[in-house]
Amino acid sequence: MSNDVVLALVIVTGLSFDFTNGFHDTANAMATSIATKALGPRAAVALSAVLNLVGAFLSLSVAATIANGLVSTGLVTLAVVFGGLAGAIIWNLITWLFGIPSSSSHALIGGIIGATLAAAGSHAVKWQGLVSKVIIPAVLSPFIAALVATVGTYLVYRIARSMREGSRRHGFRIGQVGSASLVSLAHGTNDAQKTMGIITLALITNGTLAGGATTPLWVVVLCALSIAGGTYAGGWRVIRTLGKGLVEIEPPQGFAAESSSAAVILLSTHFGYSLSTTQVATGSILGCGLGKKGAQVRWNVAGRMGVAWIITLPSAGLMGAISYFIASAVGGTAGILVDLVLLIGISAAIYWRSRSTRVNRKNVNSDWTGTVAPSRAGVTP
Amino acid sequence: MSSWIDLRAVWEIVVVGLLAGAGLPALFAIGLRALGTPGKGHVKISDDELVGGSRAGIPIAAACFAIVLAAIGYGIYIVVISGHGAK
Repeated sequence: MSNDVVLALVIVTGLSFDFTNGFHDTANAMATSIATKALGPRAAVALSAVLNLVGAFLSLSVAATIANGLVSTGLVTLAVVFGGLAGAIIWNLITWLFGIPSSSSHALIGGIIGATLAAAGSHAVKWQGLVSKVIIPAVLSPFIAALVATVGTYLVYRIARSMREGSRRHGFRIGQVGSASLVSLAHGTNDAQKTMGIITLALITNGTLAGGATTPLWVVVLCALSIAGGTYAGGWRVIRTLGKGLVEIEPPQGFAAESSSAAVILLSTHFGYSLSTTQVATGSILGCGLGKKGAQVRWNVAGRMGVAWIITLPSAGLMGAISYFIASAVGGTAGILVDLVLLIGISAAIYWRSRSTRVNRKNVNSDWTGTVAPSRAGVTP
Repeated sequence: MSSWIDLRAVWEIVVVGLLAGAGLPALFAIGLRALGTPGKGHVKISDDELVGGSRAGIPIAAACFAIVLAAIGYGIYIVVISGHGAK
């Protein structure tokens, strides 16, 4: 009986992670469209939310990778899954506070691996699956996305250079609505599935599902709703960093960057790679800066993101391990409850901290002055 | 082929990624440019007007946009088919 309570807690925590995944990643699809004013901020997050919802139903390849490909399902317990999720949520909130577009996927995978290592040791981790389906795509995907976006941006400017300035801006803004929609859809196909995979893993762990089972429909529906809700909440801090901090973006660049992201994410979903949509989007945005002559790329911002990317897997892993240790030291359902209280407390503290330097749909496009939160004087209407 | 890295998949992502992620935007750009090409006897158009009125431009633009839309539709179709069919 107590197992069912724990299972319910794990599922709710998983859906909470999916929510943070949504708002952390709204930026991937919509940052460039918001920055070029192709879409108003409110309309952008609403459109992205709907398409994430749809995208979540399109494929299950990545969910299968997460549920069965990373850790030995026989050696994992519900406390492990819970610990991993708690670690992932905390890392996602910390990076959001600093406006860093780090990978929600790596936070999740890192958290689960960390908790698994803490609980059962290194033999419970399927290292080959981790390297071939997560680490290698993580290293390669930003470069591929940057390459595609660089080529795309170059071609687009080359072809459109004789167009009148106004009609070019107008035309590519329309294009951006389409390309950003595709990124949102692609995001739903890849990221929503990660939580589906984890919840499926929890169900397998609990014996509710047999090992190797595919994701049940109710899990798909709940995850789709959570990620869409999170997307609608809009992670304005990250949107600002990606849309304004990295490169000053014009509509043709935004269009090329989004097209590149959509193509790379959808292709990876197709192969079952759980890649980081965040890293793909960032690579694309860098690429659209490289492909246009004279565009300014702020490498210091890019460098800070790079550091965050490298430390995300181990940091989330460490937090996953710590929360597993706390849960197992207390033991049983009580241990999970202690973890839950800590998780809620830390989340509330981070949220409270974020209030003092607010970024919202009103100041998200203010000029970049080197910090996530624009200075009060710099707020533009 | 190494079991740690699926080179074929990587290769395919690069090539198809370039075709879809850079080629389709380029085609869209060609369409926009064709659409905006000014036609004969065209007097004056506002700066952000999209349609230039060229007789050849409009069908070229339509063809470009149609190919882009068809390619996107096909891509999504493939992802959906393989994502539910394969275990």
